[in-house]
Amino acid sequence: MTAPHIPILRQGKVYKSLDVQTVNQLGTDEPAAEISFACADMIKYDLNKMGQAREALKKFSCKELVDITKKAGEIFLNDDLPIGTDGMMQSPEDYVMSLAATSGLPHSLIRMNMKRLGGIFDQIDLIFRGLTRGLDWDVLDKGYGEQGGAPVSFSATTNELAVILPSNSPAVNALWIPSIAMKVPVLLKPGREEPWTPWRVIQAFIKAGCPAEAFSLYPTQHDGSGAIIRRGGRVMLFGDDSTVKQYENDERIEVHGTGYSKFLIGEDEIENWEKYIDTIVESVSANSGRSCICTSTIVVPKYGDEIAEAVAKRVAEIKPLAQDDPEAKLSGFANPKFAEWINAAVEEGLSSGGAVDVTAQYREGERFQEREGMNYLQPTIIRVDGFDQDLAVREFLFPFASVVECPQAEMLEKIGPSLVVTAVTKDIDWINKLFDCPHIDRLNVGNVPTNRIKWDQPHEGNLFEFLYTRRSFQIAEIA
Amino acid sequence: MATTYFFTMTADEAKAQLDERVREMMAWHFSEETGCPFWLDWKNEAGWDPREEVKSYDDIVKFPHFQDEWLRDEENERFVPNAYKGRPFNIFETGGTTGLPKQRVGWEDYKHDYEQFSYQLSDEFFPKGGNWIMVGPTGPRRLRLAVEHLANHRGGSCYHVDLDPRWVKRLISRKELDQVERYQAHVMAQAVEIIKHRDIYCIFTTPKLLASIGERISIPDHGIKGCFCGGTSMTPEYVRFLQEEVLENRAQFVPTYGNTLMGLAVSIPEELPEKDYSVTYYAPQPRAVLRIVDPEKTEITKEYGEYGRVELTTLTHEFFMPRFLERDEAIRRHPHDRYPWDGVGDVRPFGAMTKTVIEGVY
Repeated sequence: MTAPHIPILRQGKVYKSLDVQTVNQLGTDEPAAEISFACADMIKYDLNKMGQAREALKKFSCKELVDITKKAGEIFLNDDLPIGTDGMMQSPEDYVMSLAATSGLPHSLIRMNMKRLGGIFDQIDLIFRGLTRGLDWDVLDKGYGEQGGAPVSFSATTNELAVILPSNSPAVNALWIPSIAMKVPVLLKPGREEPWTPWRVIQAFIKAGCPAEAFSLYPTQHDGSGAIIRRGGRVMLFGDDSTVKQYENDERIEVHGTGYSKFLIGEDEIENWEKYIDTIVESVSANSGRSCICTSTIVVPKYGDEIAEAVAKRVAEIKPLAQDDPEAKLSGFANPKFAEWINAAVEEGLSSGGAVDVTAQYREGERFQEREGMNYLQPTIIRVDGFDQDLAVREFLFPFASVVECPQAEMLEKIGPSLVVTAVTKDIDWINKLFDCPHIDRLNVGNVPTNRIKWDQPHEGNLFEFLYTRRSFQIAEIA
Repeated sequence: MATTYFFTMTADEAKAQLDERVREMMAWHFSEETGCPFWLDWKNEAGWDPREEVKSYDDIVKFPHFQDEWLRDEENERFVPNAYKGRPFNIFETGGTTGLPKQRVGWEDYKHDYEQFSYQLSDEFFPKGGNWIMVGPTGPRRLRLAVEHLANHRGGSCYHVDLDPRWVKRLISRKELDQVERYQAHVMAQAVEIIKHRDIYCIFTTPKLLASIGERISIPDHGIKGCFCGGTSMTPEYVRFLQEEVLENRAQFVPTYGNTLMGLAVSIPEELPEKDYSVTYYAPQPRAVLRIVDPEKTEITKEYGEYGRVELTTLTHEFFMPRFLERDEAIRRHPHDRYPWDGVGDVRPFGAMTKTVIEGVY
């Protein structure tokens, strides 16, 4: 397949820029794609016109858009779809190959993420009802109605949901897909190495009957991203703690930051710890550890050494393999420098004392590995002395977790902000305290991997509440 | 398009004219009667006489690079040619994008430069007698007087809206981008009011300000037919955006490259679409010359089609500045029939591919 040209989409209209960059297949000089880049001022101009895109979407009822979304999911998973500007078509397998070539993701992980995205499309009605707490779709069509016997009216907070997408995981596109059924157009800035997934999702929607005006795609540089962030009515972006802090008081912006997700075992279940190792291993290593919902800290009241050993032994079996190996579960790094920086950060934490890399004795070779021109970090489990150790609460873009011992009574004070917490316990008092803990965003009680989430519940904010605000209203009886 | 162009010579004639100009300037700037204290002292310290050794433009490499600091540290009076002694002078400052602003003295140069530029403007898009508006840095800048002179020279008057690029630069370096937008909105509000309520045909502004005005009003709908732009580098895609979307292909976009030290290098706007909006600028020879040099060995001129650093030599009676290394890099382009000397194309900040430079982003 020759390298396609990924154009800009301006409310669905293809625009080929004169500012073109080539993205090579990782580790080669072979082009994987040519990408049109948009200038910041063009994006500003287009943002001013997004009301037209919303009008196009409002012509459809929510029910119709839900049906379109479901159909788009089937198309995304199974159909050949247009790619680029020259009439080329992309099969699902072509999509896997293209994404693997630029992202370093193994084919097996891409297929898993495809299925996950397919699930989002397919469950859109459940997601819609979950996020709106059972709101009748007609309310959004009509503008007002009833919910639970009370009069309700909702108005959109924005003409667009703008999303600054990262390059490291296709599954993040799940976050914006429901926006279409909620009648809010999307404006996407893809990661440089990952234009493939948003492009394919958009094409699937269009083939399913969604108006093309609902989709804008702007590959762009930092100034373009800045324009989107400053001007977008509602903006989702991904970043580290400093980015989260920067926008914490801006209601337009929802930052998806580090998750610091944790796996806790209660004192009542700790003697059964061996039963939970499978779940912990999945929580740490699923999606190559590249999700904010992957466990990065394992907190136990005792048996810290034994649990660290058991998990380390299992995750050390996950090795860098050929991208097309069906057993491959570890992603390479599209930017090879990232692997070096992360490895250096882990080594620095280890050198500060109070931490041991338990995986070192089980894995083959060093943590940092090169294979076929790609850089990898092998899974790493660190046994730390306490929460004060540098590596106790860290999150990296590979399967990494610390194991820390802590009395159950102190756990909730010490864990800090956690996107997902799985707590294995039957202790009702402690379960009540877990539900009451303000640091926990998502709570799984029992033997549930942190990475298994239901999309009909809020994830780092409720998309419906982000896109709509409840309005007070009264309608006088017509005389 | 009714256009009058000043240059109709061959490449050989242009070369001969430039060489003649070089000899004339050596005689002027290195003679006690006409030269300035700075260059006369320089000659004494250098131990050689440019009047004897610099006979053509090719000999200009015998001079070292003119240094920024000379225009920052030396008293301005030391640059006053003895021929102009006793005549009050204008003091113009550069943008101050890199460090302290440089200062240059002058008398009539800006008028010559902009009258020469005027010949190259299309009467269709920049109608004679039409009023202008200048939205951009005024204050101590040569541009303030130059644009007004251009308007007057073409029979119109000029409205002004001021902008302080040094403050904008400071805001950007502090990452106070919201403040930048608010300041820009303040400037825009003034510009839009004037454009809406006065009879204006032509505008001078910077690319970003032009885009910002176009975000608020339809520029051609308000009677503007021509836009002369300068101040920062522009990618071909950005030039296309300005012409096709900001000016809606109904007003002409005329990109220029220049500064207080040079005057104006001009482009050929009507050829931009066929060149995929890649802009080539031609210096106002023989008053100033642009050369694309190897950044490591600046005596070497790069081959056509290659990127190199921009070197400027200014050759007027008021000001002599040999081999000044600009903060930009550009592609060396072939001479054009209309301007039969080397052009500089796709100008961008020097080192743009390796570091971030805050340009005059206003």
